Amino acid sequence: MSSMKEVLIAPLFVNNPIGLQILGICSALAVTTKMSVALVMCIALTLVTAFSNLFISLIRNQIPSSIRIIVQMTVIASLVIVVDQILGAVAYDMSKELTVFVGLIITNCIVMGRAEAFAMQNPPVLSFVDGIGNGLGYSVVLMLVATIREFLGSGSLFGYAVMPLITNGGWYNPMGMMLLPPSAFFIIGLLIWGLRAWKTEQVEEPEYEIGGHTALTRPV
Amino acid sequence: MDNKDSIQNIIIVAVSVCLVAAIIVAGSAVSLRPTIQMNKALDKNKNILVAAGLFEKGVTDNAQIPELMTSFDVFLVDLEEKTLLNAEQASALGIDIAEYDQRKASKIPAMSKELSSADDIASITRRARYSVVYLLKDGDDISRVVLPVHGYGLWSTLYGFVALQGDLTTVTGITFYDQKETAGLGGEIDNPAWKALWVGKQIYGADGEVALKVIKGTVDRNGKNAKYQIDGLSGATLTSRGVQNLIAYWLGDEGFGPVLKSIKG
Repeated sequence: MSSMKEVLIAPLFVNNPIGLQILGICSALAVTTKMSVALVMCIALTLVTAFSNLFISLIRNQIPSSIRIIVQMTVIASLVIVVDQILGAVAYDMSKELTVFVGLIITNCIVMGRAEAFAMQNPPVLSFVDGIGNGLGYSVVLMLVATIREFLGSGSLFGYAVMPLITNGGWYNPMGMMLLPPSAFFIIGLLIWGLRAWKTEQVEEPEYEIGGHTALTRPV
Repeated sequence: MDNKDSIQNIIIVAVSVCLVAAIIVAGSAVSLRPTIQMNKALDKNKNILVAAGLFEKGVTDNAQIPELMTSFDVFLVDLEEKTLLNAEQASALGIDIAEYDQRKASKIPAMSKELSSADDIASITRRARYSVVYLLKDGDDISRVVLPVHGYGLWSTLYGFVALQGDLTTVTGITFYDQKETAGLGGEIDNPAWKALWVGKQIYGADGEVALKVIKGTVDRNGKNAKYQIDGLSGATLTSRGVQNLIAYWLGDEGFGPVLKSIKG
């Protein structure tokens, strides 16, 4: 049985959901143009993952295996709707900026992946911590990507202008590509490369290797 | 283990999970709805004030919105008869201006009409007969007119407000309070820097027709048409065109054009 601390810390770098498990890429591309938006998304996703893990773990011994996925989906979807409503009530401007992406937490592979891979086999508290850990692992990558994209794409951090834009009378000509989804793809790719260069045990075995020369030699 | 996968247990678990989830979702939706609707109404009013130039970011507080809104004279426009109706005339028609919801009315057959494709420049399919406009008076003179506009962009209908000066052709501001365009591309119609480009532009040309266009690229500031042109948003051709179309529709003859001309006298 893995310890609480390990479950919480491991997803940050060693077993990062985006870096190693390559889960949750979709929203990492979509909501990382601004840091403030990414931060709200991180909080929402961490809460949803933690609580969906908790609830699913609580009823894991009752869930029949034939309908387990749909039960998980029901729990996750309900939580996402609640989070969406709370955002609309508490932080209306932010929920306007996040638009459909809050709703899309339902389809975020991390939530479902952790429910299926962890919460179905582990006790509630440990599952809750695992949800927090994976949410934080996602947040680390998301915030890194958002920092790079907002800094280079809009010349600002958390909306505060760091490099004044030419359009606002400054000197910085923003990298328009940083505001487009593909740039997040490149940044995440580079981050994964960096992570694997640092923690070489994450490098996967090649699926096949080019064999030696095997031309038939026939006795003449 | 057998018991867990029995048909009986499957049904029990499925029904109880759905029931609990439904109660939680319904409970949160019902208890938070008043706050959400209040936020929406507040945001809409804020957009009216921003368009009219009465709301300064960082200076004006959200709490001041209701008070600032009282400085407007609110009228109902009959888009069929092209007339301006005050609150009494509106209530004679059975419409409470404060409660009137144009978006809802455009879905009710008795209160709206379907547009023919030739008329439907802004791609809105149906148009409500009545629309609420906001007038700000300085003594007897009109200093601002705030008009609700909407039209289709690339992914969504853009809902917003355009405010004009007392001459009823110079723009003092444009805002969008509801749109779901691509963030960073079409979503830039919400960018204050882009909206600032609208200030001081002219809606109507010398012939009295809508002349304002959102052009591709950057406006030549010294060109003779510069006052009728707005920089297009790069990477958002269709959203830019949608904005141009909604201006053409709502300020044109089918929209508020005739009423504005009658106010001008």
